[in-house]
Amino acid sequence: MPAHDVLIIGAGLAGQRAALAAAQKGATVAILSKVHPVRSHSVAAAGGINAAINPADDWRSHAYDTVKGSDFLGDQDAIEIMCRDAPAEVMHLEHIGVTFHRNETGEIDLRAFGGASMKRTAYVADITGQALLHVLYEQIMKHHEVVDRYEEWFVTSIVLDDAGSCVGAVARNIRDGRMETFSAKNVILASGGAGQCFKPTTNALICTGDGIAQAYQAGAPLMDMEMIQYHPTTLAENGFLITEGARGEGAHLLNSEGERFMEKYAPNKMELASRDVVSRAEQTEILEGRGVGPDGTGIWLDITVVPKKRTLEALREIVNIGKDFAGVDITKEPIMIQPGAHYIMGGVKTDVDGATPISGLYAAGEVACVSVHGGNRLGANSLLDTLIFGRRSGEHAAARAAGMPMPTASEDTRKRDERMIAGILDRPKTGRRISAIKDELGTTMNRHVAVYREEDGLQKAHEVVRRLKDEARTAYVDDKGTIFNQDVLGAIELDYMLDCSEAIVIAAIERKESRGAQFRTDYPGRNDEEWLKHIDISRSSDDTPEVSYSPVTITQWQPEERKY
Amino acid sequence: MAEFKLRIRRFDPESGQAPYWDEHTVDLEPHRSVLEGILQAKNDTDGSIGIRCSCRGAICGSCGVRINGQPGLACHKHLGDALASSENGVIDVEPMGNMPVIKDLIVDMDAVHWKKVQRVTPWLINKEPIPEREYIVSRESMIDVTQTAACIQCGACVSDCLSMEVDPLFVGPAALAKAYRFIGDPRDAAHQRRLKDLAEDEHGIYTCTHCFKCIDACPKGVAPMNQIMRLRRIAGNDHAIEDRNNGYRHEHAFVKNVERNGLLHEADLLPDSYGGKFHPRAVPELVGSLPAITRALLRRKVTLSKALLHQHKAPPGVKQIYETVEGRDERVELNLYITGRDEDNE
Repeated sequence: MPAHDVLIIGAGLAGQRAALAAAQKGATVAILSKVHPVRSHSVAAAGGINAAINPADDWRSHAYDTVKGSDFLGDQDAIEIMCRDAPAEVMHLEHIGVTFHRNETGEIDLRAFGGASMKRTAYVADITGQALLHVLYEQIMKHHEVVDRYEEWFVTSIVLDDAGSCVGAVARNIRDGRMETFSAKNVILASGGAGQCFKPTTNALICTGDGIAQAYQAGAPLMDMEMIQYHPTTLAENGFLITEGARGEGAHLLNSEGERFMEKYAPNKMELASRDVVSRAEQTEILEGRGVGPDGTGIWLDITVVPKKRTLEALREIVNIGKDFAGVDITKEPIMIQPGAHYIMGGVKTDVDGATPISGLYAAGEVACVSVHGGNRLGANSLLDTLIFGRRSGEHAAARAAGMPMPTASEDTRKRDERMIAGILDRPKTGRRISAIKDELGTTMNRHVAVYREEDGLQKAHEVVRRLKDEARTAYVDDKGTIFNQDVLGAIELDYMLDCSEAIVIAAIERKESRGAQFRTDYPGRNDEEWLKHIDISRSSDDTPEVSYSPVTITQWQPEERKY
Repeated sequence: MAEFKLRIRRFDPESGQAPYWDEHTVDLEPHRSVLEGILQAKNDTDGSIGIRCSCRGAICGSCGVRINGQPGLACHKHLGDALASSENGVIDVEPMGNMPVIKDLIVDMDAVHWKKVQRVTPWLINKEPIPEREYIVSRESMIDVTQTAACIQCGACVSDCLSMEVDPLFVGPAALAKAYRFIGDPRDAAHQRRLKDLAEDEHGIYTCTHCFKCIDACPKGVAPMNQIMRLRRIAGNDHAIEDRNNGYRHEHAFVKNVERNGLLHEADLLPDSYGGKFHPRAVPELVGSLPAITRALLRRKVTLSKALLHQHKAPPGVKQIYETVEGRDERVELNLYITGRDEDNE
């Protein structure tokens, strides 16, 4: 049985950063991922990473912008840590090889981004996530002697001991179907978000909420799950992301009357208000009949106002996306976009070291909720979140490992999961297809749990999710093999998505106010008196979600009216 | 909506059967991707079709395949375009080449691609001292290496690399593009060492035969072959590395041969590569290649008079090209991200 001080599940930015940090502290480390690390969804982050590296800037300004962006739901102690550590982290990335765009004097250039009070976003064209992910993987290759890699392994469960501590995980080797128990003094979940619960979404097919659901199943509480970010600029047809960097470089949003409508909603920041604000503005324009496109559900993003040379140099990827996936030359004509599901601010509840309430279990990155994003994440804060809290959880887990003996995870969980998989393979052909259930889930979530929400729609979504949970139990798989059986993994991922979706819907029903990404048309105001608190969701003994609350940590910024 | 016929190359390693073709009809708009077509077949009819995929938008590099024999990403090819390039109205999708097939469209990239990436010491070796803040480097240098950093490691260039087909040990287009990413980076301290290593390796930078296939295959504009040529120019011209494989001299012999003759005079090429007909190094090489020359003569691929008396002389236009290029103060290198002129900005 493999045994490690620190077992990291997920090999995106948070996972790789955690692995390198833990190894540097002397721990034995393994990183396990269902895809090759460079396929992780961090690769899709485009615009950049925020850090107050300009001498005229101050991390407190970054922190305040983040608190305001979160609609005062973010925990300020965690936000302070993230923003204070950001400049050193960006310099570390530069030193290990990230090719950050430079200004004329050879220093790291900064671009404007939404909700920020000054230019604070370091970037590599509009492939920043890819640039970071590949450089971290270079470091993982460099340090191969101290970081074991299990690439294309799929986790089915986290293993707890009798005392309720996390002592490992069970995973299936996708290449040969073998199930293995991994013992570990600490497990760090770094397996990303749950964007596939929505359709369309900017998220990759692998973003199925695995870690959120695994932690939930193990009894860890989830927090801020109702907070789903709709990104203001996604392609209508397939949900592909058009980076906020486009607006950072000066692009305009226009309605069917050719108006820069953001004047009405955010007269100061215009297109660079927080994402929730811009997405709501777009949705309002669409609902009031000023949308564009054949069915009036789009908005124009006009990038032609950005100098062409700058677009080709700094927004190269969206030039390609426009050309290849929308048939539009963005240097010559506007492109039709709409708000689209993009990011989950919520996740597995952790402290500022990434530790969850289950001892030995950590979480970092999109899977986690520290909470630094609260009700709404600022653009270019997610890469920062993955790295800062990836590093902190790696270091903390390594320190914890140093003082304890190696546990031996029981094989019972593996045996149970093997039976579970055998059960999936044995299902009769009468069940629904997995893809059909997934499709209905995504469409339902996107209809009722989107930019604007209200009680009836949310209740309807809850009913559908409950029914789909039932149907998923008999969903049929075609592939009965062991080598690269993606079908059976799809069935397990569907269960993960349904757990996540249920938590999202329950939390959205619970929060009877409008804050950040949660806008209730039946409760249109922010209500600090009753709702300046986190909603926690835990799994009860009969597999239904249980709601509780935890306080928001406020250090130096009292809630105030939020205007852009 | 339109109907498209996909013929997918299937292989089930557990069946004991040989690979076979599996046809599916999918119903999608022509601008939807081949990947979406495959996923429709997988979702609606046969969940056992194996293909790695994730982002659907040509960013993650998972879905490298061959479509109608051409390597690329399945998500990056429109069904309509694939149909247009098909032979009989059926879109063929096969696994990539030069790598062992695991199942259906899934190949073993670790066995080939990632081993080769490891071969080029794929991490920055820092110039010392490491500054407290960022290294101060030119804007152009970072944009320049970003072209190779834009590689998503999909393996499409490896799939159809002709040199790798002949020499499986060839480091190959993706890994050599990765090598340029460090050799072009002013923060790296090991340029000379890296270049010497890759020039002296008999499966290194001089193994590429300029077939352009990797440039065609790359979905991200990395242009691996161009990067390999830049590595050669930097190794030979800037670092004066004359490799033991004679790659550097051979390349120069080409350039000088064309400058002299306008058209390639092959009989001169080999001796020139070894320092001229009378160079001590050239004699054994010439003697050694006599069998090949004799075979070519016997098969009338060349005639004695054409081989010995090359009448063609370079016309003035060719000379002008040489004068212009060699008269420049600096080499001009093409780059993906530096495009257009400032005047274009209106």
